[in-house]
Amino acid sequence: MSSCRNLSSAISHFSYITNPSLPKSLNFKFFFSSSSHSKTHPKTSFHLRSWPQQRRHYRVATKPVTAQASSTATAEEKAPKLGKRTDLKKIMILGAGPIVIGQACEFDYSGTQACKALREEGYEVVLINSNPATIMTDPDMADRTYVTPMTPELVEQVLEKERPDALLPTMGGQTALNLAVALAESGVLAKYGVELIGAKLDAIKKAEDRELFKQAMKNIGIKTPPSGIGNTLDECIEIANEIGEFPLIIRPAFTLGGTGGGIAYNKEEFEAICKSGLAASLTSQVLVEKSLLGWKEYELEVMRDLADNVVIICSIENIDPMGVHTGDSITVAPAQTLTDKEYQRLRDYSVKIIREIGVECGGSNVQFAVNPVDGEVMVIEMNPRVSRSSALASKATGFPIAKMAAKLSVGYSLDQIPNDITKKTPASFEPSIDYVVTKIPRFAFEKFPGSQPILTTQMKSVGESMALGRTFQESFQKAVRSLECGYSGWGCAKVKELDWDWDQLKYSLRVPSPDRIHAIYAAMKKGMKVDEIYELSFIDKWFLTQLKELVDVEQYILSRSLSELTKDEIYEIKKRGFSDKQIAFATKSSEKEVRDKRISLGITPTYKRVDTCAAEFEANTPYMYSSYDFECESAPTEKKKVLILGGGPNRIGQGIEFDYCCCHTSFALQKAGYETIMMNSNPETVSTDYDTSDRLYFEPLTVEDVLNVIDLERPDGIIVQFGGQTPLKLALPIQHYLDEHQPLCASGVGHVRIWGTSPDSIDAAEDRERFNAILNELKIEQPKGGIAKSEDDALAIATDIGYPVVVRPSYVLGGRAMEIVYSDDKLVTYLENAVEVDPERPVLIDKYLSDAIEIDVDALADSHGNVVIGGIMEHIEQAGVHSGDSACSIPTQTIPSSCLNTIRSWTTKLAKRLNVCGLMNCQYAITASGDVFLLEANPRASRTVPFVSKAIGHPLAKYAALVMSGMSLNDLNFTKEVTPQHVSVKEAVLPFEKFQGCDVLLGPEMRSTGEVMGIDFEFAIAFAKAQIAAGEKLPMSGTVFLSLNDLTKPYLERIAKTFLGLGFRIVSTSGTAHFLELKGIPVERVLKMHEGRPHAGDMVTNGQIQLMVITSSGDALDQIDGKQLRRMALAYKVPIITTVEGALASAEAIKSLKSCTINMIALQDFFETDLETESKDLLSTSSL
Amino acid sequence: MGMKAMDFSLINNPSICFPQNPPKLSSKPRLFPVRCSLNLSSDGAATGLAERPWKVADARLVLEDGSIWRAKSFGASGTQVGEVVFNTSLTGYQEILTDPSYAGQFVLMTNPHIGNTGVNFDDEEARECFLAGLVIRSLSITTSNWRCAQTLGDYLAERNIMGIYDVDTRAITRRLRQDGSLIGVLSTEQSKRDEELLEMSRSWDIVGVDLISGVTCNAPYEWVDKTKPDWDFNSDERDRETYRVVAYDFGIKHNILRRLASYGCKITVVPSTWPAAETLKMNPDGVLFSNGPGDPSAVPYAVETVKEILGKVPVFGICMGHQLLGQALGGKTFKMKFGHHGGNHPVRNLRNGRVEISAQNHNYAVDPASLPEGVEVTHINLNDGSCAGLAYPALNIMSLQYHPEASPGPHDSDGSFKEFIELMKSSKQAA
Repeated sequence: MSSCRNLSSAISHFSYITNPSLPKSLNFKFFFSSSSHSKTHPKTSFHLRSWPQQRRHYRVATKPVTAQASSTATAEEKAPKLGKRTDLKKIMILGAGPIVIGQACEFDYSGTQACKALREEGYEVVLINSNPATIMTDPDMADRTYVTPMTPELVEQVLEKERPDALLPTMGGQTALNLAVALAESGVLAKYGVELIGAKLDAIKKAEDRELFKQAMKNIGIKTPPSGIGNTLDECIEIANEIGEFPLIIRPAFTLGGTGGGIAYNKEEFEAICKSGLAASLTSQVLVEKSLLGWKEYELEVMRDLADNVVIICSIENIDPMGVHTGDSITVAPAQTLTDKEYQRLRDYSVKIIREIGVECGGSNVQFAVNPVDGEVMVIEMNPRVSRSSALASKATGFPIAKMAAKLSVGYSLDQIPNDITKKTPASFEPSIDYVVTKIPRFAFEKFPGSQPILTTQMKSVGESMALGRTFQESFQKAVRSLECGYSGWGCAKVKELDWDWDQLKYSLRVPSPDRIHAIYAAMKKGMKVDEIYELSFIDKWFLTQLKELVDVEQYILSRSLSELTKDEIYEIKKRGFSDKQIAFATKSSEKEVRDKRISLGITPTYKRVDTCAAEFEANTPYMYSSYDFECESAPTEKKKVLILGGGPNRIGQGIEFDYCCCHTSFALQKAGYETIMMNSNPETVSTDYDTSDRLYFEPLTVEDVLNVIDLERPDGIIVQFGGQTPLKLALPIQHYLDEHQPLCASGVGHVRIWGTSPDSIDAAEDRERFNAILNELKIEQPKGGIAKSEDDALAIATDIGYPVVVRPSYVLGGRAMEIVYSDDKLVTYLENAVEVDPERPVLIDKYLSDAIEIDVDALADSHGNVVIGGIMEHIEQAGVHSGDSACSIPTQTIPSSCLNTIRSWTTKLAKRLNVCGLMNCQYAITASGDVFLLEANPRASRTVPFVSKAIGHPLAKYAALVMSGMSLNDLNFTKEVTPQHVSVKEAVLPFEKFQGCDVLLGPEMRSTGEVMGIDFEFAIAFAKAQIAAGEKLPMSGTVFLSLNDLTKPYLERIAKTFLGLGFRIVSTSGTAHFLELKGIPVERVLKMHEGRPHAGDMVTNGQIQLMVITSSGDALDQIDGKQLRRMALAYKVPIITTVEGALASAEAIKSLKSCTINMIALQDFFETDLETESKDLLSTSSL
Repeated sequence: MGMKAMDFSLINNPSICFPQNPPKLSSKPRLFPVRCSLNLSSDGAATGLAERPWKVADARLVLEDGSIWRAKSFGASGTQVGEVVFNTSLTGYQEILTDPSYAGQFVLMTNPHIGNTGVNFDDEEARECFLAGLVIRSLSITTSNWRCAQTLGDYLAERNIMGIYDVDTRAITRRLRQDGSLIGVLSTEQSKRDEELLEMSRSWDIVGVDLISGVTCNAPYEWVDKTKPDWDFNSDERDRETYRVVAYDFGIKHNILRRLASYGCKITVVPSTWPAAETLKMNPDGVLFSNGPGDPSAVPYAVETVKEILGKVPVFGICMGHQLLGQALGGKTFKMKFGHHGGNHPVRNLRNGRVEISAQNHNYAVDPASLPEGVEVTHINLNDGSCAGLAYPALNIMSLQYHPEASPGPHDSDGSFKEFIELMKSSKQAA
């Protein structure tokens, strides 16, 4: 990518803008004062210790110095003495916090590897991460696990308590790095005698600070794009003159999503953009940079050890040229269009850079831009840590960068560590690969109406798929179908772009968007030449020509019928990555016909191993990908084995939580004596780590690819209920296939079958009509509703049940296209715009229960008819806000026990009736009058499983896996619901900052990317912890802006009084103010945005408002006025609460924060005893 | 699956072929390659099957283990026999093609996409290609590089080198890894029966063949670098002084000369048979024994030359030069199972403890145990512990089994050229 750096380090607070949840010391003044405050209240703090002893101080002073000396003296003269450090005993690892765009589960992967690697070496590991859905925060991954907020002040508490010898900050992305910098700069690390390992403060700053970085590159003679920071128009013009040529990129500091910035192609444009940029910037600063648009972009993954050995793990070439963030680019490894001389130049530069920046050990990522015309090279940026690209490079090459980086940080040199895959050769080598890897990002623009699906230098993708193939074409096609966006490959489909006119096509070739590859397809189909596509898109002709050949092949297949295709021809087609479905499309036949013909001709995929060495040495690690080549290396065993289907690329609504469940399944079943086989296509995850399971197939999760693996492996069991919607959708086709073919298990005992709840039961829960019948039979209440197959149906149902109603398409994920509708008009609009309604695609219409409390239940059932409730969660936000976006608490806080009992009994009844074997998730609503309604039931692992597991101290996913293998809940000694003494709160983290122009109101459509967890003995503190962890900075005093709609006005008095009681002043616009004045509550009036100035927006800008509570009326005016105000709050980092319940809980949290202090408590301290018994249980089960 | 490669259903491809000049290599029973008059390069359409966007298999690779691999040909056509070796470098196919050390060998590239960047002038490592053929997984449909001057297919066709693609190179590599290097026959001639080709592969042997005489220069010449200066590096470490070096061409890679020149050497390249006395008459500051193809035992005359020069001036041996030095010092060389061919081999420089990632290309190695006292092993290959570098300080000798000149490969070992300069400097000062 080109300019994360430009944003994040030109001015150091940029990163805080682009990564809203990343802590920065200056933002946490309050918590600092509150924690120092704590010293006066010793009774409420846990595990208080005295100040550090002198000895510690002494060690700080000397240790880093000696380490430095040894690293600089290595150079040529003397052989460095290296090896595992014995002066370190306890190491703290910083995690990455919640999943946000740009920082996803790749850091769970790296953190998990680091924990494992360091514990393997005998170190005690202390881990901090606020994200409960990670494998690394499993209590058995580290010795001490803190699922707590990650602010410098709170982390200091942990340092004080745990007194680690060293801190490893390079595994937790930018969050961890920023945190480490804050801790180092404030002197906290020195105070507690903690050494930074992996990357020193100087190196981090040199890499992160744009000016320092530029200077460093100058020192070693490497070019950077010319740029400068201007505070006035004159300064900008001066910089422009210095750079000397257009186009120029202008990036204002401190605006959200690059507002006011742009690309200037001439002087006039430049001045205009600079002016608007300077105006838009909070600090009146803009960055002016030479545009490298259209240059080729490359990344090199570099590793260095303390002996100064440097190796390049992988080279990556971006198909999307400069101008698109590398996280949003389609990328290919290894680099395809460099000669050796050009590649070695990049290699030499990378080596020089890592040395100059001074990353003394570990992995780094260096990004280059190369001019396609003359090969001029510029370095764009360098990340002095394990990054998303490192995760990709690890999965692409089989070289475990994070694990190695952890080992290097404790003193090993690369040649002292064996290569994990070959076992015989050392890790000090550069992987050679004999396949091509393609990564394609996955986006979620459809979830953020108002935002433009345009790719820029700011990352917007929410996940990615990766595929390996013997050729670029094969891997590219596989990556496209791995994305699960409805394409079964590239081309051979009726894509919407084919109907576009030339203008529209040319525009979408020129302007990068998630669908640009389909525009390329359409353009090629319509006869546009590769040269012209290049002129528009600057995508290298090598890639375009490869794609062109795919179109030629498609034309050829189109001219044939399936029966005409010969064996050789089908081979040629399959070798180019075409799926059966694509061939079926082109030959106008069915996928099944293609498959049958293919198999009858003996054309099946061969599986090749990823071995880091291009087959030069023997590899024992079964990490495999499919290809249509000659020799198959899979060598399946005849052991008892289980195939686990993963969740595919992350998307909103299906992310790390499901990967967590898949990993747990693998761990549990491995322990129980099964060979576990993982199949997934997501490079960011722990599940695609080759040591998570016994065997790994890095493959798309489509019917064709899964059946191929089933045919080959013939496992005893297939597990579909842990990977979210992806494998669930495959369950029925797999079941049909198994019913038809009755394959025998490779282990020789019985037939291959799907384990756990039967696909039929899953279908029964998803099929509205079948489900209704079951609920009627069990006498379980649900909100009135119906299934509409036409608009008339819909209106009739709505009239019958009365507005407001919730409408949504059937079979959806993450509340996709779900809406609450208050009138006929709105319903018609919805049916016209949001979804298509016809008998094939019915729409569900349900009564919306106003002001109801929503409850989430995770339950576990075994095949013997036992059901145990795992956890009952009370949502903070009202029903109607998607459960994934809502905060929730275990145990429930306000629900009467009679309701809870109803919920328990219904859940149990339903699980038994559906013959659930494994996990089931139910959602209930409780109305103000105390009536309970079942909203939804899903007989599968839910998003909340990791959270519940951590809250109650029982690994539910592991239990579920064992139950599916045939054990009973009694065997597992998990027979009754656990009600913990402490309170756990989950809070969602939302990516609104990344999507300019979309509203921030919560609704039935899920939009959060991640979650955090707060645990404490009191709800208010646990809630406060969750808020802090989510990056919400609750103010302790100041002014609250209140603006409530008519529906929520009844709560206005209570909210206002609570805040007044806490010492806040209240500001409101006319309606709300009038209401308060009538009640005699002191309120200051302010104008609405459209009423004139100064208005509420001005107050936000001037910092006169510290907290906003806005419930939207959703009317036309609010759509403009209110939305603008909410976006402003977001831009100026003013906490904004959009629900009544949220406001009340926040007030509670502020109240308790004011009266007592936050204590950092390790997960292990909550469950000391539970965990011991649990691990015993697991041990005993493994012997079964 | 297993049947595919064994499927002999060959498509009749009536291409008019006629014999061309006999090859330069004078060796035992060999088949002479022939050049095809039709351009059968990368464009599948040339086969006359315009509508089918791929070419139909028209070549076979028959290995001495009896396996037969159907493939598609590019470059020249005909029948050729040679030793199949694999190379795991991800970049630098052109340097590999022009590396004279591959004389008589089929090079199999493990990186699937070859030809992406075409060929260009600066990346040439010798005046011509000496290898027997190229085996790759996928031939690039097009080229993409600002330096590209010609496509790989045209380049090979012009130089009368056979190439095949669309063959499971990984499967062949795995065979080579298990069984060691194999002799193979590459043929585009439909008339030849499989048995015939197999017989041909079994009756050919590379051991003991003097391949060097086929690749060395005919007469001494002064090295003048015509490569663009852009590609020079480490130039800040250049010595002000100039050293006169005589480089024995056993199949020398141009980058050795470029690197020496970059460090300030004036170089005279001499043929492999150039008498030691003549060399010494030139009064050089140092002598370099270059890399080269084949078995060091096949060129006893070269060992004699080395012996005569040892001790009189500082010498530097690279690859073949290293093996010749080993023999000249009384040591033994042996043929390795499948040699080292790649750009990612870790070598430990025992003098400073550093690990260098190196380019390697050799099938023979020196047995360090057979060397006389006083000879130090200075470098070892970390993958298999084999000897990768020697020094005999008493006689001002240094040598490396691998390629410090890289090209292709990482530049980690470039410092050894500087060491050679230092060696010449100190010996000059001592004199």
